[in-house]
Amino acid sequence: MTGDRGPRTEDRERLVAIALLVVATVSLAACSGDSSANAEPSRRYALGRAATTDEIDKWHTDVGPDGAELPAGSGTVASGAEIFKAKCSACHGPDGQGMPPAYPAIVGRDPKGENFPFGTDWKITRTIGNYWPYATTVFDYVRRAMPHTAPGSLTNDEVYSLTAFLLAANQIIPMNSTLDAASLRAVKMPYVSRFVRDDRRGGRDVR
Amino acid sequence: MTEISRRDLLAGAVGAVGGAVLAGLPSLAAGQQGAKTAAKAAAKAAAKAAAAPPPLPPIPDDATKLLGTPTTAVGERSRFVNAVRTPIGQVTGVSYTPLQDLTGTITPSDLHFERHHAGVPLLDPARHSLMIHGLVDRPMIFSVDDIKRFPQVTRTHFVECSGNGRGVYRDLKPETTVQIVAGMTSNSEWTGVPLKALFEEAGVKSGAKWFLAEGGDAVLLTRSIPIEKAFDDALVVWGQNGEPMRPEQGYPLRLLLPGFEGNSNVKWLRRLELGAQPWMTRWETSKYTDPLLDGKARIFSFEIDAKSVITSPTYPAQITKGWWPVSGLAWSGRGKITRVEVSTDNGKSWHDAAIDGPALRKAHTRFTHMWEWNGSETTLLSRATDETGYVQPTRADLIRIRGAGTDYHFNPIYGWTVKADGHVFFHGET
Repeated sequence: MTGDRGPRTEDRERLVAIALLVVATVSLAACSGDSSANAEPSRRYALGRAATTDEIDKWHTDVGPDGAELPAGSGTVASGAEIFKAKCSACHGPDGQGMPPAYPAIVGRDPKGENFPFGTDWKITRTIGNYWPYATTVFDYVRRAMPHTAPGSLTNDEVYSLTAFLLAANQIIPMNSTLDAASLRAVKMPYVSRFVRDDRRGGRDVR
Repeated sequence: MTEISRRDLLAGAVGAVGGAVLAGLPSLAAGQQGAKTAAKAAAKAAAKAAAAPPPLPPIPDDATKLLGTPTTAVGERSRFVNAVRTPIGQVTGVSYTPLQDLTGTITPSDLHFERHHAGVPLLDPARHSLMIHGLVDRPMIFSVDDIKRFPQVTRTHFVECSGNGRGVYRDLKPETTVQIVAGMTSNSEWTGVPLKALFEEAGVKSGAKWFLAEGGDAVLLTRSIPIEKAFDDALVVWGQNGEPMRPEQGYPLRLLLPGFEGNSNVKWLRRLELGAQPWMTRWETSKYTDPLLDGKARIFSFEIDAKSVITSPTYPAQITKGWWPVSGLAWSGRGKITRVEVSTDNGKSWHDAAIDGPALRKAHTRFTHMWEWNGSETTLLSRATDETGYVQPTRADLIRIRGAGTDYHFNPIYGWTVKADGHVFFHGET
């Protein structure tokens, strides 16, 4: 045995096992490093408490551009027009033409506003039809914030109806439309491709 | 109280007493009955306010021969100081900081500019909480007290509304104060916890690239923020200039994103949701996007470009011949201000101004240039450079590059013309 410089077979196996464990641990750490997106060591303080599903559901009302979170329910353009008259027209005008300057138009496809001329002329009103890139934003914002003096008071059917009315009045969908989750998801706004991410990172160039 | 009932109360209360409730009278707890009580209280308060204030004591000829006033519970500004914001009396409010009245770099908390979209909500810190959910390992709810137990930091940063300067970009009226030219920027010492610490408590899942921040006001304001900001320098703050943050600034909790446009620093913060893509909220699509000359609009333009403004002398001052400090503020959302130049001959020559005190990253920086006025008409200008090498452009450059119709992020060089009689006027044509 004295002439044998290497470890015994048993020991070799043990070393291999340890080496494998080390590799496994390192890759696990790398994985969790990825998942926390943070290179610095972290610590948990065991503060706060678990949020329940009910608590999350109550506040988790946001609807993103893919409409994945849209709730059940539906509404027609016609019912939306009636709700708009009753609950929205005091500020936005009977047809959504607004009461400028405090309440600019939200409806309108004035030819002057087409093809995105807003960088040159700030006086052209940006309406839902000529500017907003996502139809889901109408649903999300109306549901969370409108009417201004009674936010959060509309039913999901009313929000679908108002969204349908606003999209139809802006010539995005036909006047006889009914909107629900599936049909709202399918609506493409005409100017979505005009929106570009900010890629400036400082430096000499003014852009 | 549930969210729904809060909204119902608010709706009822608005119907009953209108703006008085939104102005913050303590009436929401008891519902409609409470709203009626509030209406009575509002009437009483109005009557009290209408009564003439007690006459001020006369100013003594020699204050050393007369005892002064006793101590007080809360101090007030000297009666010779009249530094006030510019409220417009609406719940979709804006109110500018009086930059002309301020010294140094910190904005007094009660003069921090205001911009909010459905009034200032009345939030009880004992009932307020912050929820973190979405792409996390452990959806969590933190009370305000929980959050104050995390390791805290104190940082000085400006907050600027990206609409700051819209009015003068379009209308170069000489009779414009610096308060209106640039008063939607303010600078505070903020105390809070790095957002990173809260996210680590919840455990961020791979695939989380953005987070949604939601405020607890009556529009439930929401903005999508790239997750990198959370692991860079984002804070959840509760302290401002040595005391709890003011209600107008988000009491009891606010998201503080150093260098990012004001609207994304969501006030009255109640919810953070982690997700794979931005939510495209009204506040980042219909508003707070920058139309450009090429038929496009820039979206998620968070960072505030380097900017400076002379705050003294400004309209409507009248100066006399002799030496004057030309003093102002400079700031950048991308880091430190490295240089401020002042011209006293409408841009023919430029001088490096002295930087007073430390130039902190993403914070107001005070500059001064001593100038001897000889009595002839001239124009004073200032120009900031930040640590990325960005130099503040002229208005003509900005219009040429970004368009006259661009709607946010106005940072052109502006100036002040001193007429031969010493009267100072805004100079926007640069």
